Amino acid sequence: MKKYTYIPHTEEDIKEMLATIGAKSIDDLFVDVPKTISPESLKIPESKDELTVRSIVESLAKKNRFLNEMRVFMGAGIYYRYIPAVVYHMASKPNFVTAYTPYQAEVSQGTLQALFEYQTMISELTGMEVTNASMYDGASALAEAMLMTVRVSKKKKVLMAANIHPEYVRTTKTYVTPQDIEVVMVDYDKETGQIDLEDLKKKLDDTVGGVAVQYPNFFGIVEDLKAIKEVLPEKTMFVVAADPIALALLEPPGKFGADIVVGEGQALGNFPSLGGPGFGFFSTSMKHVRMMPGRLIGQTRDVDGKTGYVMILQTREQHIRRSKATSNICSNHAHNAVMAAIYMSTMGKEGVVEVARRSANTAHYLAKALQEKGFKLTFKGPFLFEFVFDAGEDYEKKWKDMVEKGILGPLPMERFFEDMKGKALAATTEMIKKEDIDALLEAIA
Amino acid sequence: MTIFERSKKGRRAYSFPEYDVPEVDLKIPEHLMRSEKAELPEVYEVDVVRHYTELEAKNYSVDRGFYPLGSCTMKYNPKLNEDMSALFRWLHPYQPEETIQGALKLMYELKEMLMEITGTDDMTLVPSAGAHGELTGMLIIRAYHLDRKDYKRSKVIVPDSAHGTNPASAAMAGFKVVELKSSDEGLVDLKELEKELDETTAAIMLTNPNTLGYFERDILKIAEMAHEAGALLYYDGANLNAIMGRARPGDMGFDVVHLNLHKTFSTPHGMGGPGSGPIGVKEELREFLPVPVVRKDGDRYYLDYDLPKSIGMVRSFYGNFGVLVKAYTYILTMGRDGLKMASDMAVLNANYLKKLLSEFYPIAYDKDGKRACMHEFVADGTKLLKETGVKTLDVAKALLDRGFHAPTVYFPLIVHEALMIEPTETESKETLEAFANALKEIVEEAKKNPQSLKEAPKNTPVRRLDEATASRKPIVKWSRK
Ligand SMILES: Cc1ncc(COP(=O)(O)O)c(C=O)c1O
Repeated sequence: MKKYTYIPHTEEDIKEMLATIGAKSIDDLFVDVPKTISPESLKIPESKDELTVRSIVESLAKKNRFLNEMRVFMGAGIYYRYIPAVVYHMASKPNFVTAYTPYQAEVSQGTLQALFEYQTMISELTGMEVTNASMYDGASALAEAMLMTVRVSKKKKVLMAANIHPEYVRTTKTYVTPQDIEVVMVDYDKETGQIDLEDLKKKLDDTVGGVAVQYPNFFGIVEDLKAIKEVLPEKTMFVVAADPIALALLEPPGKFGADIVVGEGQALGNFPSLGGPGFGFFSTSMKHVRMMPGRLIGQTRDVDGKTGYVMILQTREQHIRRSKATSNICSNHAHNAVMAAIYMSTMGKEGVVEVARRSANTAHYLAKALQEKGFKLTFKGPFLFEFVFDAGEDYEKKWKDMVEKGILGPLPMERFFEDMKGKALAATTEMIKKEDIDALLEAIA
Repeated sequence: MTIFERSKKGRRAYSFPEYDVPEVDLKIPEHLMRSEKAELPEVYEVDVVRHYTELEAKNYSVDRGFYPLGSCTMKYNPKLNEDMSALFRWLHPYQPEETIQGALKLMYELKEMLMEITGTDDMTLVPSAGAHGELTGMLIIRAYHLDRKDYKRSKVIVPDSAHGTNPASAAMAGFKVVELKSSDEGLVDLKELEKELDETTAAIMLTNPNTLGYFERDILKIAEMAHEAGALLYYDGANLNAIMGRARPGDMGFDVVHLNLHKTFSTPHGMGGPGSGPIGVKEELREFLPVPVVRKDGDRYYLDYDLPKSIGMVRSFYGNFGVLVKAYTYILTMGRDGLKMASDMAVLNANYLKKLLSEFYPIAYDKDGKRACMHEFVADGTKLLKETGVKTLDVAKALLDRGFHAPTVYFPLIVHEALMIEPTETESKETLEAFANALKEIVEEAKKNPQSLKEAPKNTPVRRLDEATASRKPIVKWSRK
């Protein structure tokens, strides 16, 4: 009998177990299963030893160019930021990695407290009263936010700014269409890159349940949340998709009266990992907490009066409310959220600000240097650490060639916007040094 | 203690290199800049280490011991998978395709292998978890019917034993949900199904084996009935760990199949996620898959966005790639033979444990304790409750005191005092016996001293918590008193 390192059964075990069960063979246990295939016919390679598997996967890994071997000027929702060693060491601890949902709170206090602290930290960044224990990613979090605006307002139309991450918009459309919810796009101002307030006013009416903007938006421009909120009728839900590092520097949406704040959390100590897994964060006000999707952790006491944590308000969720639940989400991205909490603990009150400040200053320096080289910025609105500029008709080819020089250049925008051929979205993080900028300036000229 | 209470102004756990970029005015209007810094902790590195080490020590986990959480397949999570996934950490989703060929090839090969295992014709790796896959699958089914101008198909049938995500996902995809009463064998009742199936039925959602751990032996007939009525059959893959290498959902007549890589394919559960929930489909549904789909052209791997009839996107980027690497590594390691062995031993373990328990704990839908189960089974505490006043919840807590994680409790809903037990193949005979002994001890204790069980657990970091107050007066974040 072939042996497998993850399976303990000896031939003797199998014999004894079958005897106890009263079965003659393993096949006996599968009497109800139709024999539609023979196991030998499956076109999957035979089992392999660890060393062989390692070398196969390592050879696949070698067929990539990694961010930590390049000067990275690309963001657009996933950011190459520094992750201190202590973050992934702590996050990799086995009782974090190999536990599941804290169904048995008494033996899950580590998970529950870490998530409770995560909720606290994200609420600080978003300026909101309550944050759930995570969603899958920023896009699905925004989609769920728009569904929530409809639950709260009972109105079946939502507005979304056209300068929100295009993949977030597409995801939202996928989620809301089956509920007969109409999504109307609001133009952005071609000059500032911000949402066009006139167009917003024109499209706002009694039938609109929620309005979504991004902060900073996909073009890196900081939306004026104050001005937007002033335009919205009192009852219209205001949804802001935000970048968590930007929120270290920008006034939090909660201060401007946002009803829901969501976003992609990868930038908080999670690896880019080809776009997943990161996590979605989801914050709202206590007034609406019962309409919120996802798991929520609350503080309480045990029978001895000791402080402890539990999952709360579960009657919103699918395992109890079934087809009437606020969402179908069950497994979430708890591990990524805890990794973010460890990152926020490590960087702390001052560190996240420094990360954001350096990223922003570097972007502004780069923008200035590009302009000095004759490149034009596409928008005049205020930006933080991303901006769009006119890189020239032949930029896409240049972008690919730059990789050879070890530069992952600004993202060609044509991928998302047909009318933006030759435009590029540059992003800088705290990983960029002056020499990286010099190298980019030389390569792009 | 919380991390906030460890905080002291002036401490820091981070360091930065010298900043050599000249200062530039950000020109962001004053009112958009933060007036007060976010109150994050200020600690030094040792605090971070001690804090999270202390928290982590309060968790139970698969690495720590037996975790028979039914329906969740808490099998061992191989360490090699973690190391292999770490090799791919530093990839940006929008890098030129030429620079991520290794990653795309891995995704493509994983997809091919999963299609082979499930008997499907195409697949998306994008969904982030089981429920996300269910939503994706139901949207595909919706798109299929609409594309055929079959507009009446507004309802989805799910058995009353189904997991909560099934009806919730069907509802999110815009369907009305009809629950089907199970037969007295705990299976789909063909007569009931016949009554419900009509020209408004879009799909039937099943998991097979079902949540009671029994295989729907009429599955071929069910598929025939569904298809005859013009409905599609959806497979909730939570329970695939029972049948790998023996049967394929696609061959049983399922049109859409979801997988939970965090269950069957050994990727860790991470306190609740991330998971991954790929969706396999039959030929006639492939054009509706969400974008992007990983494809191959000669030696080149690419992401295909050109599906005019696609349901669209269900999240950003390409899915939980880091999780995909772990599942890929697992399948390479186990191989065709090892995957079958995993299912065989998972089923053997469940039947063995069921046999040991049936001596003193009734098994749901199994009067004489002789019915073969698949990879899991449901013990029924109704009799225990009646005789001793000890609830399934008390039994679960008493197990914690004895060093085990509790099984899933109170699910499926059709068994009132359900204790749903899934041992998985990675547990030894000795572990199963130790668990059975612990449970036996608890049943005996229930007869002698039920009160002691009501007071369990006693040996855990905290004891029973006041959940009612926690929900009535929610405290959802830390604040300085
Ligand atoms: C039978 C069944 N279906 C669906 C799901 C949902 O999977 P996930 O939690 O990955 O969304 C689960 C898991 O919890 C399950 O047990």
